[in-house]
Amino acid sequence: MRVRFWGTRGSIPVALTWRDLRDRVAQALVAAQGRTLDTLEKAHAFVEAELPFAIAGTYGGHSPCVELDTGGGTYFVCDMGSGARPFGAHVMARQAGAPARINVFMSHLHWDHVMGFPFFVPAYVPGTQLRIHGCHADLEAAFVRQQEPPGFPVRFSQLGAGFEFVTLEPGKTIEVDGLRVTPKLQLHGGDSYGYRFEAGGRSVIYSTDSEHKLEDAAETRDFIAFFRDADLVVFDSMYSLAEAVSVKEDWGHSSNMVGVELCQMARVKHLVLFHHEPAYDDAAIERVLKETRRFEELTREDDPLAVSSAYDGLEISL
Amino acid sequence: MQLVSREYAGTVVLAPNGRLDHDNSEAFRAALQPHLDAAARPQRGVVLDLSRLEYVSSAGLRCFVLAAKQAKAQGGRVVIAAMQPVVAEIFQISRFNLVFDIFASVRDALAALSADATAAFDRG
Repeated sequence: MRVRFWGTRGSIPVALTWRDLRDRVAQALVAAQGRTLDTLEKAHAFVEAELPFAIAGTYGGHSPCVELDTGGGTYFVCDMGSGARPFGAHVMARQAGAPARINVFMSHLHWDHVMGFPFFVPAYVPGTQLRIHGCHADLEAAFVRQQEPPGFPVRFSQLGAGFEFVTLEPGKTIEVDGLRVTPKLQLHGGDSYGYRFEAGGRSVIYSTDSEHKLEDAAETRDFIAFFRDADLVVFDSMYSLAEAVSVKEDWGHSSNMVGVELCQMARVKHLVLFHHEPAYDDAAIERVLKETRRFEELTREDDPLAVSSAYDGLEISL
Repeated sequence: MQLVSREYAGTVVLAPNGRLDHDNSEAFRAALQPHLDAAARPQRGVVLDLSRLEYVSSAGLRCFVLAAKQAKAQGGRVVIAAMQPVVAEIFQISRFNLVFDIFASVRDALAALSADATAAFDRG
């Protein structure tokens, strides 16, 4: 299984400004002092090997959209944030005119998780089969309403694809085109649902927009069981722990530290920090990643837990 | 997990030792409660002396926040003193270093809360 991150930012998309870009070009030039970088190949090699990601790259700005590629002919994707636009372009290029079959799994229906759908080109293409799965009763209404005037010029009824809305039951495992899927209720305003995906002996948890308080022992045990032995956990780590338990308590998001603790208790192999705070620049996200890896070291009692920070364009093979 | 308490001219110093994690955070919270209740009459400061605390998890840190909230509601104040390096690092990672007033020693913490308490501490 391969996991592709098309949108990783929380709440609202963000973009680098010209100032951000100018500053990092300047930092790169200073770092390259004394080097002879007279070809693009040499410059690329230097950038790749020696510059930190916060200068050489960017965590990116699209809101949540994560693809699971099981190697079959069907697409699986979690959420339709603004990352759905580049994901749609990827589908169109890959299909090269052939109709696509796409399974969408919605964590919830907040704006940042549906906003990319009106720009998801396969939805306009006759022959595309789109099955949108979720646990919210108003799943279909949320997609239809978003395209109503005056919000958008193309109504849902004008889209060319064939649609099916599938209501899932939390805790009940179903099989969708060879992928085993189990939704789980999470703590978030208006509810959200995490998903456990299993195929080919690999398992991925998508747990975003979820406040894990770890106050209630039974609830913690449930989540540990849900995460148990997963190869990869995509985890909402929007806030610091201090924010999550004080000024931003009950805002529906979690911290990097709780992500590490839950994953260690569940013997997860790889934790991916996700749903980045829109106010954080690349340096801040990189600092959180470094600190999270250090916290993992401090708390490790067993096998190491790999920790990554999701960025738009990240691909992880399992 | 043990919680040792001392008092200097009405200011309470509480010293947990060992590890404070998900397994014992509820017990710690229960042990903390009578001291916080007592500190409310009259409004007094509380120093958490972390010199013998080896590790604190998110659940333990949550106990500190709840204690601080209660103290604040009572017109009092909880401050942190004498953290070991690992616990100091966890405070920094969690950003709890931005939430609490942190002092290098118990004496420094007492000095920030009460001159009488500092004098009592100095007298031994």
